[in-house]
Amino acid sequence: MVEPILFVLMSMAALAGAVTVVAARNPVYSAMGLLGTLFSVAVLYVLQLAHLVAAVQVIVYAGAVLTLFLFVIMLIGVDKEEHWEEPLRYQRSFVAGMAGVVVLMAAGLTFFTDFDWVPAAVGGTDPSRTIGTVQAIAEPMFTDWVLAFEATALLLTIAAAGAIALAHYRRRPH
Amino acid sequence: MIVGAEWYMTVAAALFLIGAFGLLLRRNALIMFMCIELMLNAVNLTLIAAGRALNDLGGQVAVFFILVVAAAEVVVGLAIIVAIFRRRTTASVDELSELRG
Repeated sequence: MVEPILFVLMSMAALAGAVTVVAARNPVYSAMGLLGTLFSVAVLYVLQLAHLVAAVQVIVYAGAVLTLFLFVIMLIGVDKEEHWEEPLRYQRSFVAGMAGVVVLMAAGLTFFTDFDWVPAAVGGTDPSRTIGTVQAIAEPMFTDWVLAFEATALLLTIAAAGAIALAHYRRRPH
Repeated sequence: MIVGAEWYMTVAAALFLIGAFGLLLRRNALIMFMCIELMLNAVNLTLIAAGRALNDLGGQVAVFFILVVAAAEVVVGLAIIVAIFRRRTTASVDELSELRG
């Protein structure tokens, strides 16, 4: 009984936060909307028993990424008013039309055919194994996915070095 | 009563659409970045829902890696935005046309 109530509450909060990100005039409000969305999505992860991922979401996103966003907003300051006319003509209406077509196709597939978005569970695994504890996540991560793990380590190093290089960039005096 | 994976995927699709429209509507580079984060979160939500429906932990491991890539992307992207701001004193993507031939 808890899951449906929390699901409705948290998905409403997530969508409200997302709308705030897009609609707010002040970038700080957008960052706060993003914070709300990230926390709500973390609760949705917990509802699906992905405990470690939810914790990492709060620590990495709400802790590190959002702080970085706020820091840059404070550094740059609130920019001058955006202008809303589109440089590419009919770009927005074109994309809205395409999105409408995609949504209608998805709705048609869901309601008028017996298309299965998530195929039936692969045999032999029991649901208790998908509870996302640290141990359960670590086992596939360091066996099947170990190459991806090493690649992300390399990626993080490169990203940190690149960010430092960009931050230390000085224009040469003419 | 259990909320099925399709409900989580519906929410994720709505989040993704809001993020995509924000990316097209806004001209502030910071807000566009936040919209990209929204879209990444929507994809993560679908992966988690699918992983649970399929009884497969691979979904959660994939989300883990997406989180790492997103963090690296934000670090580099914000550094670029700050570097552009120091040159041009603007965060609006429409005014950046130095590469125009």
